[in-house]
Amino acid sequence: MHPILGRFRQLGLYLLAWIPLAGILMYLLVRAGESWTVAATLTLPLCAIYAFLCLAAWYPCRATPVEQSSFLKLLLTHFTAAMLLSTLWLQLAKGLAAGLTRWGGFAGLESRASGYLPLLWVTGVLLYVLSVTLHYVFLAEQAAREAQERALEAQVLARDAELKALRAQVNPHFLFNCLHSISALTSADAAKAREMCILLADFLRTTLRVGRQETITLEEELALIRGYLAIEKVRFGPRVKMEEQVEDETRALHLPPLLLQPLVENAIRHGLANLPEGGVIALSAHRNLNTVSIVVENTFDPDTPSSLKTGLGLDNVRQRLHTRYGDDADVTVKTENSLFTVRLRVPMQENGNRS
Amino acid sequence: MTESDAKIRTIIVDDEELARKMLLEFLSRHPEIEVVAECANGFEAVKAVTELKPDLLFLDIQMPKLDGFEVLELIGTDRAVVFVTAYDEYALRAFEIHAVDYLLKPFPADRFETALGRAKQRLGGKLPPPADLATSARPPAQHLERIVVRDGTRVYVIPVAKLDYAEAQDDYVALATEGKKHLKQQTISSLETALDPQRFLRIHRSYIVNLERVTKIEPYSKDNHVVVLTGGGQLPVSRSGYARLRAFLDQKTNRPAR
Repeated sequence: MHPILGRFRQLGLYLLAWIPLAGILMYLLVRAGESWTVAATLTLPLCAIYAFLCLAAWYPCRATPVEQSSFLKLLLTHFTAAMLLSTLWLQLAKGLAAGLTRWGGFAGLESRASGYLPLLWVTGVLLYVLSVTLHYVFLAEQAAREAQERALEAQVLARDAELKALRAQVNPHFLFNCLHSISALTSADAAKAREMCILLADFLRTTLRVGRQETITLEEELALIRGYLAIEKVRFGPRVKMEEQVEDETRALHLPPLLLQPLVENAIRHGLANLPEGGVIALSAHRNLNTVSIVVENTFDPDTPSSLKTGLGLDNVRQRLHTRYGDDADVTVKTENSLFTVRLRVPMQENGNRS
Repeated sequence: MTESDAKIRTIIVDDEELARKMLLEFLSRHPEIEVVAECANGFEAVKAVTELKPDLLFLDIQMPKLDGFEVLELIGTDRAVVFVTAYDEYALRAFEIHAVDYLLKPFPADRFETALGRAKQRLGGKLPPPADLATSARPPAQHLERIVVRDGTRVYVIPVAKLDYAEAQDDYVALATEGKKHLKQQTISSLETALDPQRFLRIHRSYIVNLERVTKIEPYSKDNHVVVLTGGGQLPVSRSGYARLRAFLDQKTNRPAR
């Protein structure tokens, strides 16, 4: 079925457009010597019928798309259709004129009408051509809209896949080292080994849970980080220390999950782990108007090659912030003496919606 | 031969205490093993190996100060070395420098026993002795970021950015940095291949210069030039060295036009 038949507004507008056409036809008949009454009685039903007949152009138009059909095929298809429709319309006009003459009391209309038939036939063909043109425009517009929708959908899907992949990056070496610590503890301190198993299980479970969410609160992320650090403290002992300076009003901030934990992990791997005495990770969150700046800072050994410090983690954070916030968020990295600082600026959002 | 002569003097190097404890525990089942030191970082390891001259070394790779490979570079490989690490990507490099074994954390006790068995075989002379430590074991795409030098039990770590120039002195290279010179047993050619060619250039049979330190090039005699360094020092430039220098500078100056 033609799509316009299901949409009453558009159907109404389409029929409205036929009124001036009917008017022109009436005017031509009056010019030929008919009274307005006769012209109207003849023209209006004919136009109403032809309005619907012209919608039939949708079928040949759909069957012969402009881009993919040869010119000959287009010409042949629409020529045949024009002939058929116009001739059909002509027969209807003849019948109407005969009917009006016999039962409507319009004496002699039938014989006079045969003089108007060529005009009517040409009008019919022209109107069909107009209809074909409009249908092709309509189809092209529909195709463009569909393509746009598909592109948008693909973009969203790609983005989702990307986010999933980025989230799934719990460092395997962290896991191997943990398991090794547990293995070492089993004979030396069985209770501690059990505790470590539970810490690790909690951390992994929380990672999986929050990884499925689009956003989590800063407080949830901080809890995850504390769990992570509890494990690293078993491995590194007093070499790992953390200082938190988080303003209470920022704790409700919504963030993509596992955004800060990789930064803390980097701080250990590329910072504290290279210092024999260890060091401190300072994590702070501070609100200014509509943004929150989150800073992760750690000491590192300046003699350790710099290439180690620009890990994969930082790229991920940058990419994920960009995917979600576009230009509203940014990441700055600073290396000064033996202090490595990552500063994130994100919009203050207290719910998970992208607004 | 007395009992103590037969003991295998062993040092454990790992920055994680638990990992050291585990090795200690496994080793304690072998009365022929005597653990003479435990080290938590590369510096300690170099010092302990120099002073205690162990037969066997259990060595972590990722450690503070010096990594496992740098430790070996400084102490040589005339002892059995078993690497112990959570990273499998260094295995190839480890075997290239004739490590006895490569234990991946976490490892089971029988895997440890295999490694210890291999170490004993190596020490018993049943395996070929290790070749000289090749600095070429470094992956080719990766340039040297820092140079480690040992002076007795002291270790210096020189980031390459702080190296002004290197001068060949017989079997050694003298590394000039921050007004001091450190001697390292290495040929100047092997140092040249390890350094980033975009930052360091062999300007003479005996000299490699840090290009960032070069302020100007001056003619010296008919065919020879000298480079003037930021500190005011001068280094001789050979004819082929001058050609290389010119080629490098041309490439630099042409870059923005491309």
